[in-house]
Amino acid sequence: MTVLNFIVLLPILNAIAIACGAPARKSALLSAWTQLALTIVAMCGYRGGFAYGSTWAVAPEWGLNLTFGADGLALVMLLLTAIVTVAAVWVTPKIEKRENLFYACVLLISGGAAGAFASVDMFFFYAFHELALIPTFLLIGIWGQGERQVAAWKITIYLAVGSMILLVGLAKLYLAFPEGARTFDMIEMTKARHLIPAAEQGGIYIWLLVGFGVLISLFPFHSWAAPAYAAAPTPAAMLHAGVLKKFGLYGLIRIAVPLLPEGAKVWMNLLLVLLVANILYIGLVTIAQKKLDWMLGYSSVMHMGYIFLGIAAGNAIGITGASLLMLGHGLSIAALFAMCGYLRQTSPSLAFTSLGGIAKKAPFLGYAFGMAAFASIGLPGFANFASEAMVFFGAFKAGPAATLDFSSIQLATVCGLWGVVISAVYMLRAYRQIFQGEPQANVAAFKDPSCSIKWSVILLLAALMVGGLWPKSMLNFIQPSVEALIGK
Amino acid sequence: MQQIIPAITLEIAVLVLGLLMLFAEAFSTRADRSHMARYAIAVLLALVGFSFFTTPPPANPAAGSMWNFYAVDATAMLFKRIALATTAIVLVMALEYRSVLAKFIPGTEEGRGTGEFYCLPVFICAGLMFMASAVDFILIFVALELVTIGFYVLVAYMRKHEQSLEAGVKYLILGALSTGFLVYGVTWIFGLSGHTHLDKVKAALVAGFAAGGPLVGNEHALLFGIMLVLVALGFKIAAAPFQLWVPDVYQGAPTPVTAFLSVGSKAAGFIVLVRVLEVFLAIPAVRGKVVAALVLLAILTLLYGNLTAMPQDNLKRLFAYSSIAHAGYLLIACAALSADPAGAKEAISFYLAGYLVMTLLSFLVLITVARQSRGDDIRHFAGLGKRNPFLAFAMTVAIASLAGIPLTAGFLGKFLVFKSAVAAGQYALIGVGILGVGAGFYYYFKVIAAMYWDEPTDRTPITVGPLTRLFVGGLVALVFVLGIWPAPILNQLSERPITAVAHK
Repeated sequence: MTVLNFIVLLPILNAIAIACGAPARKSALLSAWTQLALTIVAMCGYRGGFAYGSTWAVAPEWGLNLTFGADGLALVMLLLTAIVTVAAVWVTPKIEKRENLFYACVLLISGGAAGAFASVDMFFFYAFHELALIPTFLLIGIWGQGERQVAAWKITIYLAVGSMILLVGLAKLYLAFPEGARTFDMIEMTKARHLIPAAEQGGIYIWLLVGFGVLISLFPFHSWAAPAYAAAPTPAAMLHAGVLKKFGLYGLIRIAVPLLPEGAKVWMNLLLVLLVANILYIGLVTIAQKKLDWMLGYSSVMHMGYIFLGIAAGNAIGITGASLLMLGHGLSIAALFAMCGYLRQTSPSLAFTSLGGIAKKAPFLGYAFGMAAFASIGLPGFANFASEAMVFFGAFKAGPAATLDFSSIQLATVCGLWGVVISAVYMLRAYRQIFQGEPQANVAAFKDPSCSIKWSVILLLAALMVGGLWPKSMLNFIQPSVEALIGK
Repeated sequence: MQQIIPAITLEIAVLVLGLLMLFAEAFSTRADRSHMARYAIAVLLALVGFSFFTTPPPANPAAGSMWNFYAVDATAMLFKRIALATTAIVLVMALEYRSVLAKFIPGTEEGRGTGEFYCLPVFICAGLMFMASAVDFILIFVALELVTIGFYVLVAYMRKHEQSLEAGVKYLILGALSTGFLVYGVTWIFGLSGHTHLDKVKAALVAGFAAGGPLVGNEHALLFGIMLVLVALGFKIAAAPFQLWVPDVYQGAPTPVTAFLSVGSKAAGFIVLVRVLEVFLAIPAVRGKVVAALVLLAILTLLYGNLTAMPQDNLKRLFAYSSIAHAGYLLIACAALSADPAGAKEAISFYLAGYLVMTLLSFLVLITVARQSRGDDIRHFAGLGKRNPFLAFAMTVAIASLAGIPLTAGFLGKFLVFKSAVAAGQYALIGVGILGVGAGFYYYFKVIAAMYWDEPTDRTPITVGPLTRLFVGGLVALVFVLGIWPAPILNQLSERPITAVAHK
C-alpha cells in the first residue's frame, strides 16, 4: 500500500462509512482534508517518473491489472481533485434531507476522479471515472434546483453514450496491438507505441476524440453541460466542472497524444474547427445568457476550447500549457460555482437583472468574485494566464515558422485569441450587473458568506495565485511528464 | 485437486433429488412444504461444491457409450455450476413468494399445493445441466424439452390467476411451435449429413461441401435446415422477431418463474446456439449467410428490446423487454463468433454468467418489495431508499450492472461483447449497441429515480427475511467480484477441456 492507494481509497471508504451512518459532514470534511494532506505529501516525496506504483493482478492473460501509479501530471490532477473536494465539502450548506446520502455521493465523485487520475491501467482509468455516474444522477435529481430531473436524465444519458463510444475506442486501441503485446497498462502501451500500425491510428483516434469529447463537452456534444451545472447542487457543479470534466482531457493527453500521433494528424482540421466553435460560438452563447449559473456553465464549456487547442498543438509547450490550464480552469470554475451557489441560496433569482450592487452589501464576495472572474478571463497573476499564454505560443509554434502563410492551427490560434476578449465581455458584464451600482431592493438584506464558504474560496484563489505567480511550482511536475509522454 | 466423482453423477443427483421431492410431496403429512425447498437449496449448493471434484471423461469412449452424446469441458462445468446455483436462488425466491402463490391456487390449508412449485425447478435444473453437456442433436432436444415442459407447468402455476393461465397458454403454443421448428430443422441437417452428433455432422458437412464433395449444390437445403434451427433457438433466447411471447409470459408468470425463465431459458438457448453455430460456421459455403442472419437478428433484437423497454411502467414487463435487449448484446458476440472465436465465446460465457447474477439479484429484490408493496409497478418502488436502504442499494447495484456501469459484472460482459465486435469489425452492430446502451440507461435509471428521487407513498418499512438477506448480500458481492476480479470465471473458461488435461 502506497500513499496513492490511500488517496484513492480514503474518499471511497468514507463514502461507504457515511452511507452506513457515520456523521456525514464531519467525516466528509475529515476525509477531504486528509486527502489534500496526503496528496501534498505525495507531491513533496515525488522524484520523477512514475512513482508510488502498486499492482494487483486481475486478468493477467489479457494484460489487465489494477495498477496505480502517478507521474507529475497525475499528481497535479490529484492536487486539483483534493483542493476542489475540500472546497466542495466545505461550502455545502446544511442539507435538510438525507444528509448522509448527499455527502456519500460527493465523496464518491471525488474518489472516482482520484482513482482515474491515479490509475496506470486503462481499464480502471475508465472504470473509476464512471463511479461518478450514479452519484451525479442522484445529486442533481434529489438536491438540484430548477429543471433538475430533465438535467439529470440528460447528463446521465449523454455521458453514458459518450462513455460507450470511448469504450469502443479503447477496445480498438487495445486490439490494434499485435497479439502478445496487448496490455491495458498505459506505461507499457506508451513504450510499445511503435507497434500500432500508422494506418489504423486515424480510425482509433476519432472514436477516442468523440468519446472523450462528449465527456469534455466538445462542440457539438456540449448541450448537456450548462443545464446540468445550473441544476446541480453547488458541490456537484464544482466537482463536475472543476474536476470530472478534466478526466477526458487528461485521457486525451495520456492516451491519444502519445499513442496516436498519426491519427491526430488525420483529424487535425476537424478538431480545429470544433475547438474554434467551442471558443467562438459557445463564447457568443455565453454572452447571450441572462442568468449567472447558466453563464458559468457555458463559460466552462467555452474554456475547454483552449485546452483542446493546446492538445491539438501536440508539442511540449502546448500540452504543458493545456495541463496547467486544466488546473487553473478547475480551480477558477470551482470558486465561481461556490460563490454562485451562495448567491442562489440568498437571493431570489440569479438573473442579472434582479441582482445589483451586491459588492456594497458583501465586500468580500465582491472582491473574491472579481478575482475569480479575472482568473477565468485569463488575466496575469493567475494560473490561467500562464497556461493560456503557453497554449497560444505552443499552438502557434505547431505551424510552419517564418512564413506569412498561416497554417490551419495558426489560424485557429488567431481565432482562439478572440476568445479572451469574449470571456472578458461576459465576465465583466456579469460582474458589473451583479456587484456594482446601487444595491437593489431585493438584495437589501444581503450579507457576506459564512466562514466556511469564505475560506474555501480563499483556498481556491490562493492555489490559483500560486499557479499564476509561481507557475514553476506546477510546471516542475507537469513538464517532465509531458516530455516523457510525447517522447522528447 | 482430487477428482473422484464422474460428472454425470451431478445430473443423477439432481434427478434423484427431484424424485425424492416428488415422493415427499405425495406422502408428507405436513401441509406446509417450505421445508422441502430448504432441503433442496442445501443439496443444490452442496452439489456446486462437489462439482469441483469431478473426474474427466475417458479419452476414447467405446462406441455406443454415454460419452458419445455427453461431453464435459470447462464451459460445460461452469454452466452446470451456474444452473445449480441459479436453481437454489430461484427456490429462495419461491420461498419468499409462497404467500402470494397461495392466494392463487385452490385449497384452504396453509402452504398447500406448493410442493410441485419447489420440485419442478429441480427437474429443470437437471435439464439445464444436461444441455450444458449435450453434443448430440438428440440429447439437445431431450434436454431442451425437459426444461421447456417444466416451464409450461410453472408459468401457469397460479391456477386462479387469469394472467398466469394466459401466459401459460401462450408459452405452451409458441414453445410447441418452436420445438417443431427445431425438430424439422434437425431433420434436414440429418438428411444431409447422416449424423446427429455435432462433431460428426460438422465433419460430414465440411467434407460434403468442400470443392468436389457429394453435397455441393445442396447449399439451400442446408441453409433451410440452419434457418429452422435458428428460428427455434430464436424463440428460446427471445430474439426479435420471435420475441412475441416474452412480455405477456414474463408479466403473467409467478415472479420466481419469470426470473428462472429469463435466466435459465436464455442461458440454455445460448449454450445450444453456440454449440450449433460452431458446426454451421465451419462450413464455408454457408458461413457468410449465417453471419448475416445473426447480424440481422442482433440488430432487430437490440432495437426492439431497448426501444420497447423505454415506456414500460411495470417492472416485470420492463425486465422482460430488457431481457430481449440483453439477448441482443449476446447475439452481437454470436455474430462475431466466426471472426473472433475465442474472444466471442469468452464474451458469451462471461456475459451470461454476469447476466444470471444481476437478473437474479434484481428479481430477488423485486419479489421482496412487490410482496410488501402489493404490486410490481415502478411506482411501488418509490422511496425505497427510505423504506429499506439495504434493498434499495441492492437494486441499485443490480441496475448499475444491467445498465453496464464499470466495476460490475454487467459492464465487463458488455466490454467483452464490444471488444469481440471490434475484433470482428462489426461496426453496424457496435453502432446499434451503443444506441441500445443509451436507451438502457434511460429505462434502468427510471428505477433508481423512483427509489431515491421520489417520496414513498407508503411509509411502512419493508422487512427482509434472513435467508433472503443472505442471498441478496451474496449476489451483490458477486456482482462486484465478477466486475472487478473476473479471474476465477475466466480461468474456468480458458482451462483446456478436461479430457485434454487428464490424458496428456
